[in-house]
Amino acid sequence: MCNNCAQTSQYWEQFEAIMTDFSGDRSQLIPLLQKLQDAYGYLPADIISRLSERTGIFVSQIMGVITFYSQFRLEPVGENIIRICFGTACHVIGAENIADAICRELGVALGETTEDRLFTVESVACLGCCSLAPVIMINEETHGRLTPDTAREVIREFRSREAKA
Amino acid sequence: MKQIIIGLGSCGIASGGLKVKQTLQDLADKAGMGITVTETGCMGMCYTEPMVEIKDETGKRTIYGGVDESVAHEIFNSHVLKDIPVTSAIAIDSDGAGNEKDFLSNQVRLVMERCGNIDPESIDDALSMDAYDGLKKVLGSMSPTEVIDEILASGIKGRGGAGFPTGLKWRFAANNSDTQKYIICNADEGDPGAFMDRSILESDPHSVIEGMIIGGFAIGATKGYIYARAEYPIAIRRLKIAINAALERGFLGKNILDSGFDFELIIKEGAGAFVCGEETALIESIEGNRGMPRIRPPFPAARGLFGKPSNINNVETLANIGRIIRKGATDFAAYGTDESNGTKVFALAGKVKKGGLVEIPIGMSIREVVYDIGGGTSSGKAFKAVQMGGPSGGCIPAALIDTTIDYKPLAETGAIMGSGGMVVMDEDNCMVEIARYFLQFTQSESCGKCVFCKIGTKRMLEILERITQGQGVEGDVEKLESLSHQIKTNALCGLGQTAPNPVLTTIRYYRDEYDAHIRDKKCPAGGCKALIHFNISPEKCIGCTLCAKKCPTSAISGEVKKAHIINQDKCTKCGICRSVCKFDAVVVQ
Repeated sequence: MCNNCAQTSQYWEQFEAIMTDFSGDRSQLIPLLQKLQDAYGYLPADIISRLSERTGIFVSQIMGVITFYSQFRLEPVGENIIRICFGTACHVIGAENIADAICRELGVALGETTEDRLFTVESVACLGCCSLAPVIMINEETHGRLTPDTAREVIREFRSREAKA
Repeated sequence: MKQIIIGLGSCGIASGGLKVKQTLQDLADKAGMGITVTETGCMGMCYTEPMVEIKDETGKRTIYGGVDESVAHEIFNSHVLKDIPVTSAIAIDSDGAGNEKDFLSNQVRLVMERCGNIDPESIDDALSMDAYDGLKKVLGSMSPTEVIDEILASGIKGRGGAGFPTGLKWRFAANNSDTQKYIICNADEGDPGAFMDRSILESDPHSVIEGMIIGGFAIGATKGYIYARAEYPIAIRRLKIAINAALERGFLGKNILDSGFDFELIIKEGAGAFVCGEETALIESIEGNRGMPRIRPPFPAARGLFGKPSNINNVETLANIGRIIRKGATDFAAYGTDESNGTKVFALAGKVKKGGLVEIPIGMSIREVVYDIGGGTSSGKAFKAVQMGGPSGGCIPAALIDTTIDYKPLAETGAIMGSGGMVVMDEDNCMVEIARYFLQFTQSESCGKCVFCKIGTKRMLEILERITQGQGVEGDVEKLESLSHQIKTNALCGLGQTAPNPVLTTIRYYRDEYDAHIRDKKCPAGGCKALIHFNISPEKCIGCTLCAKKCPTSAISGEVKKAHIINQDKCTKCGICRSVCKFDAVVVQ
């Protein structure tokens, strides 16, 4: 359960607000998980057990769905998510060098979160902007035609914008 | 007054289109002459985004390419204010002139006729270009059987890759007497290297919605689902806007256009699983389960979503439907070959000069697409292969570049028509490494239900990894072939059955490359990091220091105007030094 009692009421209110959409139909499981992840940034264990109680779907079944789809996360992530595209076009043009540059810049490996929790770096199968390869996405913002140098610049620029905000 | 229109598909936005729009909006506001600034979708010329169109008082359209903020100022001050077009930046105009005219003049735009020509968020724009006219005709004067007959007569085949006749698929679903049926749009475009469906959804969502309503009417379904990739946020947002607008205008909902026909449309967002592009896995996913394919039969036309008869079509197929009905089957059949009618949209990418969305009549050759439309390789190096059909397809070598783009001739090469991914590769790309890349993809996306796919692709990947690391042994290629044939014949679904294709085609056309890796422990194309190292030729290096500055690991040292040296212990073999060297002094060994 949530250890921080000061947050508890808001924490569960968020959950209740999302559950008002639930009509008892099992096919709503994936959209519910998507909304919960949007709200909490990941899928915390206590949320999953409460979801199981409310929907009547076993925790094991919910976990089966969560672990099947790459979108769902069981660990908290950084405030901003950098997705590095490894689609075919990006791969043949050098996605690996872009990933290398970004990981070096942030001091993390693919899949990890920076210490200040500002960024999580992930790889993604294809972002569908193949003509602009190599491509990365920071949250919902796409950057294309990158070189290792411009990729670093994009990250630095984003960071300074965040610092100002 | 003049209108300024900015292309804001994903590619336009990624290239800085929003900044350009803001610049032009500010200029227009300041000028205060009633100049409007609006947006449109994707024209397919991704390589020259951001694009800006100026529509003048006579209706003449001038489309500029590669517009940054300074070009935007120039266009505004010269063209908008003084009627003097900025000739150097014109991509194409409505008279067919411009620097990029070759890209479009070799294409035929049927599915994409509205893409880049309307504001995708405005239903009025879409209506002004005949959207929903097909639906009006269907509900006003046709029976479901007549609709299916018309689609059959058009000869359209499923554009998702397999090429099954759409009319037949609809007839199977229509013949089922169940009272509840579903029509599903497969917008889970997962092939890496493909973005046709994204662009259509972003640029003309109404075409897909119209196709679904007509399909629903034809097969007797009153409910439709669009299963869209979560990685396409702009497409999903525009679809939602389009659905709401269609509801308001009475094209969706109860008693559509007073015909008595009801149709409801729901968007389901995928959650990142490639296998959900397989139709039965997609159905499982909509039902809220792990997206694992079902054993067929029963086929979805008999027992699909929620156990009810269901019909699943791809985005591009559905986007064709409204036009086929509106213009008639014979008009559609006038394009294409004797065997396959109509056009096909391809996502041209990789090492090609002009990458983007290309719609061609079926029957063109690969050469025409890569050279006449795409302008050849972007690197200027020799064209080596084109990969078609993504992880289910194969690599077609330079020697077969005159192959006709049609279902059968492509299948004969070992590749497939596929959903439309076309990735160009040059001589620097190692074909064994490409095979490994695709196998790694399918292996990690294998759902784990059937043994042949789950374990077979794993064993194949292990062998390919070994080969690319210089640890291949004699007999590896034969082992790969034998595993491939077993997986192809025994895997449960399309993902597994086609997973070996990239390996089989590369073995077929590039066996010598496999042998060089296995026997000589060499990668002839210089693509496998374990088998190469970079050196600087002391004769060619003039000591410009550029490589040392660009090296991400500071592995290069040397004094100004003296030959540099690479420290092999620090070198990560990223190849950046080679790509920045202006004197070809960095050599791969």
